[in-house]
Amino acid sequence: MKRRSFLRNTGLTGAGLFVGFSLTQCKVDEVPGIINLLKTNIDNEAIGLALNNYLNIDPSGLITIMAHKPEMGQGTFHSIPLILAEELDVDPDGISIKIAKGDEERYGPQGVGGSGSVRDMWMPLRNLGASARHMLRQAAANTWGIDIKDTSTDNGFVIGKEGVKLSYGDLVEKAKDIEVPETIELKAISEFKYIGKSKKRTDINSKVNGSANFGIDMRVEGMVYASIVHCPGWKGTVKSIDDADTRKIAGVTDVVKTVRPLFKNTQEAVAVIADTYWAALQGARALKVSWEDNKHAISTEDIFKTMHSKTKEDGMLDKENGQFETAFAKSDTPFEATYETPFLSHSPIEPMGCLADVKGDKAEVWATTQTPGWCKGEMAKMLEIKPENITINIPFLGGAFGRRLIHGPILQACDLSKKIGKPVRVLWTREEDTMNGPFRPGSVNALRGTLSAEGKIDSLEHKVVTPSIGHALFGRDASTKVPGSAMAPLHEYYTIPNYRSKYVFMDVDPMPLLWWRSVYSSTNVFAHESFIDELAVAAKKDPMDFRLDLLEDDERKHKLLKTLRQRSDWDKALPEGWGKGVAISHCFQATAAHVVYISKTGTGVKIEKIHTAVDCGIAVNENNIIAQAEGCIVMGLTAAYKDAMIVKDGVTQNSNFHNYRMLRINEIPELDIFVMKNEESPVGAGEPGLPPVAPALTNAIFNLTGNRIRKLPFELDKVGVIG
Amino acid sequence: MGQIKLSINGKSYTIDADESMPLLWAVRDFVGLTGSKFGCGIAQCGACTMHMDGEPIRSCSVPLASAKGKKITTIEGIGTEDKLHAVQEAWIEEQVPQCGYCQSGQIMSAVALLKTHASPTDEQIDEAMQGNICRCGTYDRIRKAIKRAAVG
Ligand code: FES
Ligand code: FES
Repeated sequence: MKRRSFLRNTGLTGAGLFVGFSLTQCKVDEVPGIINLLKTNIDNEAIGLALNNYLNIDPSGLITIMAHKPEMGQGTFHSIPLILAEELDVDPDGISIKIAKGDEERYGPQGVGGSGSVRDMWMPLRNLGASARHMLRQAAANTWGIDIKDTSTDNGFVIGKEGVKLSYGDLVEKAKDIEVPETIELKAISEFKYIGKSKKRTDINSKVNGSANFGIDMRVEGMVYASIVHCPGWKGTVKSIDDADTRKIAGVTDVVKTVRPLFKNTQEAVAVIADTYWAALQGARALKVSWEDNKHAISTEDIFKTMHSKTKEDGMLDKENGQFETAFAKSDTPFEATYETPFLSHSPIEPMGCLADVKGDKAEVWATTQTPGWCKGEMAKMLEIKPENITINIPFLGGAFGRRLIHGPILQACDLSKKIGKPVRVLWTREEDTMNGPFRPGSVNALRGTLSAEGKIDSLEHKVVTPSIGHALFGRDASTKVPGSAMAPLHEYYTIPNYRSKYVFMDVDPMPLLWWRSVYSSTNVFAHESFIDELAVAAKKDPMDFRLDLLEDDERKHKLLKTLRQRSDWDKALPEGWGKGVAISHCFQATAAHVVYISKTGTGVKIEKIHTAVDCGIAVNENNIIAQAEGCIVMGLTAAYKDAMIVKDGVTQNSNFHNYRMLRINEIPELDIFVMKNEESPVGAGEPGLPPVAPALTNAIFNLTGNRIRKLPFELDKVGVIG
Repeated sequence: MGQIKLSINGKSYTIDADESMPLLWAVRDFVGLTGSKFGCGIAQCGACTMHMDGEPIRSCSVPLASAKGKKITTIEGIGTEDKLHAVQEAWIEEQVPQCGYCQSGQIMSAVALLKTHASPTDEQIDEAMQGNICRCGTYDRIRKAIKRAAVG
């Protein structure tokens, strides 16, 4: 394809990214059957010669870079290829970006989580881009008989003496065999042309016209649909199935026992198979299953009662510096407070599902996974086939937030496809996902501390009482060993002379738990930043000054907070009836802080404005970092004052968006987000903005109303009344 | 089962399906237009928003029986091959989508709003867009994009 026509084809329709769903295959004005006969697939074949595992250049000039990290909204489909393109010296707008298959032998780790994609791939991809550029320059130098030093590059061309130039396409044939020296020259940061420029994301065009393919959109010939009935209660087996009514529904072909793979809490489930999703769903609704061993008395109310009483336990020491016990005992006016955060559901907007085609010793899936490598391993184990016989196609993920780190629906689809010998599309209802979890762990945090005569923190203890995700999933020991991640990010914060952190394990088996956007930082930071605020108030200090003082030794965080202070007009007098709050946190190596302004309305408060500063090193795509901060704010506010997951007698009470409510457009305050400029190595932006949202808001509520919120979620329209 | 005639994006289709089947599944699984999404199935999230005789509807909760003889428009039907709808263009300018899954529904709600209110106020935007959830949190950009499309 000519470069120009390629550009035209990818311009606004997004057609270049995918083999789309062609309407011509639909029988207009005829009687269309069920459309299962179309081979809609993701085009992930790169054209041209490979200069490395991520980069192909076609002699026609078309440059293809593989996006090897699953795209779930975080923007890696664009930002990851952008890093390679920068060092290769091509404008990412003029190239083809393709979604890679799950193939860690070829691409290395493909998992997306812990805000790690840009952080981990920054140097490898720069090196790959730079080495390819070296190969192309050397090929040109050889052609012209000049030294490589006398060549330069510009957007897909090598330039020689007196302006002669050859395109990368012209050179690729020769370049592919050129040796790469051990040390490759990288661009200086000041030479970057595309990084840091807020480029438009290349996946967005296809996301405004319905052409982007998500997991739910994948189809293959002969595919059938499965709707699943899970055992309520996260454990148990099928005792008996009455499918008489189910089988009366036209289109239903099978009722099959299957599993809900969830590591140590794998349970049984039943699938209704039909030739349309609607028939499968109706069939599942008509199915009567009785279960065995699924009853237990887990309730979130009891869990929180137990966790509160566990704050009195000594717990396990995590970290200590100075002498907490001695320092704490010195003071006559110690401060203590306990904070509570709920269990939550991830609820990505695309429901759980997968399309799987298992044939003999081969399997192919179209899977919305955050962890393609892990997924392949789990599939190989379950199907007892070789990993090299497994193909993992990764369409766009309709949100994830950690929910797609594990592979329940994918393995379920594989199990069903193997059992019935056809490609199977599994699609859970919203209710099946919301009710069955896994959830973000709830927590109770108990903090104690003292102030010195000068009003500085002299001692502080942060005790975390929470279940362990590692225990919930894999049965890892958390009663004699502190699960490190459960303490994040408490050690990367303030300098406090006599500090210690402790962990108390809470067993909630069989309730399944999972990493949720920003993981334990989302719960621990609420407690920590609230307590710091309480101490600031007790010390009669401005909460901003108080924090800046604590961050004196940490230049980057100090600078960030000072910038935010200025941008948010923190020191200006507040309008009548307004309050303000601040909170900061460090999460997955990035820092974010918010200032929240609120005003009084009736019995509650209204959020007027949120100012945010984010430091994640070099901004690969600044506009996307801002977008991620916006997402963190919305998700953080939702977690602060919408619904908790409530479980009674082993059954989840929330089921869909009417009782697990989301923030909506009418609740969004004015946002002002600022990305710090520096030349530090970039780290990810998907999570750091979330943890400080809730405490910045509740600190503002205290500032305005004197009402100290220590339990999430709360009701925004009632917090104005104390008592 | 019955032969149900539907008009979608100006073309007519006859579908052999149960009248109780929601329009969403007929459009996705029979007609093959997959831009409209399933998010909740109970008219709570707006991912499935289409237009029926110009009015925004939640197609997951509209049975085929009610869609018969009506003009249905989906996300695939608002622009043309060569020219996007002004709302879609504004969505690109403001770089609205993150995961993108909710955005077909968001755009369909916004297009319907701008048909009745050429320059909507914030309150009118809130009112019209409240039924569309974006779990990724793109609301601020949605508001800006609607204002941009209204001007442009
Ligand atoms: S899927 Fe129709 S409103 Fe949610
Ligand atoms: S963009 Fe992901 S839910 Fe809206």
